[in-house]
Amino acid sequence: MTPMSESRLPTSFMTPGTSSFADFLGVQAPDLLPSRRAVPSGDAGDLAPHGTTIVAATFAGGVVMAGDRRATMGNIIAQRDIQKVFPADEFSVVGIAGTAGLAVEMVRLFQTELEHYEKIEGTTLSMDGKANRLAALIRANLGLAMQGLAVVPLFAGYDLVAEQGRIFSYDVTGGRYEETAFHSVGSGSLFARGSLKKLYREDLDAEGAVTAVIQALYDAADDDSATGGPDITRRIFPVVHVITAEGGARMPDEEVSAIADRMLASRMQRPDGPAAPLT
Amino acid sequence: MSMPFYVSPEQLMKDRADFARKGIARGRSVVAVQYADGVLFVSENPSQALHKVSEIYDRIAFAAVGRYNEFENLRIAGVRLADMRGYAYDRRDVTGRGLANAYAQTLGTIFSSGGEKPYEVEIFVAEIGDAAEDDQLYRLTYDGQVADEHGFAVMGGAADVVAAHLQEHYVPGAPLEDALRVAVAALGHTESEDRVIPAGALEVAALDRTRSQPRKFLRLRESRLAEILGERGPTEADAPSAEDRVAGSGPHQSGVDDPADPTDQVSGATAPLEDPVTGEPPVAPPVAPPTAPPGEEQAPVDPASPGEAQPPAPQPSAPEPGQEPGTGQPPAPGTPPPGPGEV
Repeated sequence: MTPMSESRLPTSFMTPGTSSFADFLGVQAPDLLPSRRAVPSGDAGDLAPHGTTIVAATFAGGVVMAGDRRATMGNIIAQRDIQKVFPADEFSVVGIAGTAGLAVEMVRLFQTELEHYEKIEGTTLSMDGKANRLAALIRANLGLAMQGLAVVPLFAGYDLVAEQGRIFSYDVTGGRYEETAFHSVGSGSLFARGSLKKLYREDLDAEGAVTAVIQALYDAADDDSATGGPDITRRIFPVVHVITAEGGARMPDEEVSAIADRMLASRMQRPDGPAAPLT
Repeated sequence: MSMPFYVSPEQLMKDRADFARKGIARGRSVVAVQYADGVLFVSENPSQALHKVSEIYDRIAFAAVGRYNEFENLRIAGVRLADMRGYAYDRRDVTGRGLANAYAQTLGTIFSSGGEKPYEVEIFVAEIGDAAEDDQLYRLTYDGQVADEHGFAVMGGAADVVAAHLQEHYVPGAPLEDALRVAVAALGHTESEDRVIPAGALEVAALDRTRSQPRKFLRLRESRLAEILGERGPTEADAPSAEDRVAGSGPHQSGVDDPADPTDQVSGATAPLEDPVTGEPPVAPPVAPPTAPPGEEQAPVDPASPGEAQPPAPQPSAPEPGQEPGTGQPPAPGTPPPGPGEV
């Protein structure tokens, strides 16, 4: 950490060049990059908690993303109120599944990366630019992923140019795929996606989309032991971010709990959730 | 064998200081004003892209005058330092004081190192706290001095004239709108007239602690400025200035040659070195009328090396009226003389 202790700014700081914080860090302090850490060979996947299910859905004028609050270590619930959905910048949000510690660090790096570019260049990255930068960070983590420390994010945001919400999914090799309408990652994602297939409609408004993703998380928790459902005794509800043309914000807990309570009330009548018409 | 000339350290530092001070005084002023909710920066800057005021971190902003390429380097270094520190530790561990120290050390080292041209820049680093008493405003000069400013501060251009106007009209703890009006009036104020600067030619930014986001920096766009400033009578843009030309280009050459001032950058001056034969000190070279009119005996302009240690070759320009004859005495620090074409 020599650059921090020296009084004069190092020459490399003054050198024009990259606007990427991760690239700069790779030259200046590579030990700070999560992907540069050497891990002894062997499977390290059981060492750290894993985050589970994230869902996202677009609606007319924006996009929502929600994540459950559970982190697991094998059969143990490591944490009940972990946060797995984070704002990446004003108009985008990133949710993470996989090794929780690495994923949170990668989100911090990604947030700094976007902010750094914005400050250096005086303009924000395009939506595709942001998605590609995240892909590069994931790709750099491939070595750790092969040892069981995989991080799989879901990225969503409002594209100010295209004037619509967009969702991107990733694989551990850094593959980047744009999704239409809705998507889900993590251990409960299969159930959440099946649920959203039946619940999602293109004419949803913001609140409708939030209701749909909370329903999907409930369905995931219903069938996947690693996904946490709404904790009504501790009043712990999913973290929900809503992004529109005005920017993004985390939905206040009172609003999420009101929607979750309505959902729970109807599930008391029909535990499998709302029935979709057959034709 | 070449004979090394002796130049006293005092003279060396004075030459370098004069050189830097002249570069800084050539640009337009930047005003920083503390108001109720933070710190406001106002400058006259017709360019919408080349900013003088920028965000460094959540609660820290940067403003500069002087050579664009030099302060842009410092700005980027500051952003890198802040982001790296915030990433390695925590966002709250990035402080304006730490940044001001890093800048001071950097500017001081460059100023006193013989190998580098002194930076022709002056910088504000501002940091806002949770209350107005916790707000910090630092002024850093080309030689690495740090001053802790209170209330308001002005740098660049005719800083003393603008500061005098602010001294008269500044009200502590004013709302943003009032602080902006006072600052804009001060920027348009000169000894001879009060100019109304068009809203489109203003660069205004603020650190506003009432913003809900962690990043407190915001720019006030032209429409918002026009709304706040209201009807102010006919506007008048500033005359073209040296800094409107290509960013990072060499300083604008103007003024008359003054043999008494060894640091002026107009050709024909006596070289700022002692006479090797008589041993006359460079401080008071023989005062003689310039033998060659400006424009002759010029070194060819080399556009590829605008940042050389030596002042670039002057461009032919007529002596401008209004330039006071130099006395060889530099003004006191912080009160740069009004540059030609800047009044």
